Amino acid sequence: MNKEDQNTEKNPIEEILRMDRMPHIWCPGCGIGTVVTSFAEALRKEKYDLDKIAIVSGIGCTGRVAGYTKLDSFHTTHGRAIPFATGLKLAKPDTKVVVFSGDGDISGIGGNHLIHAARRNMDLVVICVNNFNYAMTGGQVAATTPKDANASTAPYGNFENAFNLPYITEAAGATYVARWTALHLRRVTKSIQEALNKRGFSFIEVITPCVTLYARRNRLGDGLNLLKYYYDMSEIQHGADTRTLDISYQGKLIVGKFVDKEKPTFLDAMNKHLSSVLGDKYQLYGDNND
Amino acid sequence: MKKSKADPKGVLTGSHFMDGDYALAEGGLAAGCRYFGGYPITPSTETAERFSERIPYVGGVFIQMEDELGSIASLIGAVWGGKKAMTVTSGPGFSLMMENIGLACMMETPLVIANVQRGGPSTGLPTLTGQQDMMQARWGSHGDYEIIALSPDSPQECFDLTIEAFNLSETYRVPVFVMTDECIGHMHEKVVIPPAEEIELVERKWYKGPKNKYLPYKNDTDGIPFMVKVGDGYRFHTTGLTRDERGYPLLNAECQATCVSHLIDKIKDNADKIIHLKETDIDNAEILVMSYGITSRVSIKAVQEAKKTGIKVGTMQLKTVWPFPEKRIKELAGKVKAIVFPEINAGQVVLEAERVVGDKCKVVSVPHYGGWVHNPEDILNAIKEAAK
Repeated sequence: MNKEDQNTEKNPIEEILRMDRMPHIWCPGCGIGTVVTSFAEALRKEKYDLDKIAIVSGIGCTGRVAGYTKLDSFHTTHGRAIPFATGLKLAKPDTKVVVFSGDGDISGIGGNHLIHAARRNMDLVVICVNNFNYAMTGGQVAATTPKDANASTAPYGNFENAFNLPYITEAAGATYVARWTALHLRRVTKSIQEALNKRGFSFIEVITPCVTLYARRNRLGDGLNLLKYYYDMSEIQHGADTRTLDISYQGKLIVGKFVDKEKPTFLDAMNKHLSSVLGDKYQLYGDNND
Repeated sequence: MKKSKADPKGVLTGSHFMDGDYALAEGGLAAGCRYFGGYPITPSTETAERFSERIPYVGGVFIQMEDELGSIASLIGAVWGGKKAMTVTSGPGFSLMMENIGLACMMETPLVIANVQRGGPSTGLPTLTGQQDMMQARWGSHGDYEIIALSPDSPQECFDLTIEAFNLSETYRVPVFVMTDECIGHMHEKVVIPPAEEIELVERKWYKGPKNKYLPYKNDTDGIPFMVKVGDGYRFHTTGLTRDERGYPLLNAECQATCVSHLIDKIKDNADKIIHLKETDIDNAEILVMSYGITSRVSIKAVQEAKKTGIKVGTMQLKTVWPFPEKRIKELAGKVKAIVFPEINAGQVVLEAERVVGDKCKVVSVPHYGGWVHNPEDILNAIKEAAK
């Protein structure tokens, strides 16, 4: 090691990032990087084998995460990160597969896949960064935009109802459901650690500031103002009834871990069922089926 | 190109009486397909049913996805997880798959999609035949790219060409379509499945070099990049964006030209190796009947009748429709008086024949809008007319 190397201090999460792709494309004040930091921190704390984890993103601002993480990483099509991850997980059951994408990607265009992956209890970790709008395309209204908020395609305010993502995912069958904001860095990290160690469909929603579009359009100030909003209005209620978790415009944000239960995964159920029906003739499916 | 023999576990050696849909599934299993993601759609459902019934005994996964967008996306994931993967669909489902077919092309992901065609557009004729998705197979996803499409004329060819489709997809890292139709999908005939050791398979082009030197899109000497799978420590990236050798997005005109021309050239430059034709009586032919799939079977009757009247007729069955056999057709165009081209559509692949032959010979389209096959008499009349 030469002298220069010795003197170069590295951020410990660089191991998990593609530093040759920095700087990233996210705006100053954006919360996505914070969630990526939590993710990297979770991997570091868990001493996770980085060769045994894959990350799949869809399209959008958060869709760029896969491209910045130094893991087996896939930047796929809009809304299809979850089914892509489903195929990957089923083909390579010993790999932990993480879907990292935005609210529009996962719950808007990809909403059908979200509920079905939860229903099957597909062994995936889904990290859904919710910034309340379609940011990459210019701040259009989303399935998650709170009622009355302004968006570029809801210029007179949004009159549609917004999705309550923890409620949907719990109802569909997810075995781990949590919601945090970008302010709750350590709690996001802890939730990701728990999800990484869980077998089953884990869903973590992280509410993040979109300064350039959502905040500006709604005159909510900058990133700091939004973090202040999270600070003032978020309330930790572990185990809260997910039916009560609707988000109103600048209203209360109930956060916490709402669901953490055990249920057989898709592959566990498949192996158990087919073994019991077909007996010895069934070719047990698992990591050695290459 | 590394070759191997089929895994006997997936090969149902023997003589069978089965329909084309089942034969597609058996072809996939024999070719080593161990992942099937599908969504039910008439008239292709029997392929998925067959796969779901057989795979537990072979070792692999069948999953019925929530829609065709999910099916095709899951296939791409499964392939990067190291599996050979296929799906089956028909017109409306094929339409839903188009965006991710583009992703498979861009990521250079080998996989096989069988389309048991029915009459369209829209819901059209769910239970009745058509060959109307031929241009969609070639151009259906946005942007410029090339794919390979095969067209079987029987349940036996459904089996044989599905294996060929897997081999081509692995050789060129490209989605390959098996474009059959309702008629063949539901036609029961003898299908002979050979012993596993007689089935030759192309292995995936695995990268074996040092881990930190792997570049997902650096072309090997044969123009095709090496592949890896997740979990093997390469920690690689790939994307649907225009990308460089590293798989990193690089959004400019130069990178776009390199990336897209490669997707096109790897197929065009190897067209001679890919194209698979069956010709009969071509040497002294004055009329060439070109066809593919079920229409090749129907044409036989018309050709026999035409020969009885003294017309010299040769035939060309396109087992490979895409890439189009331009070179061979150009050769023949100078020799024959006319090409007669029946298809169960308003005239799709015939447009390519017209483009290729120019004014060297006449090209006669014999369209059929779907719902049934041609009456051989219509093809016969077209041959007679062209021979005048």
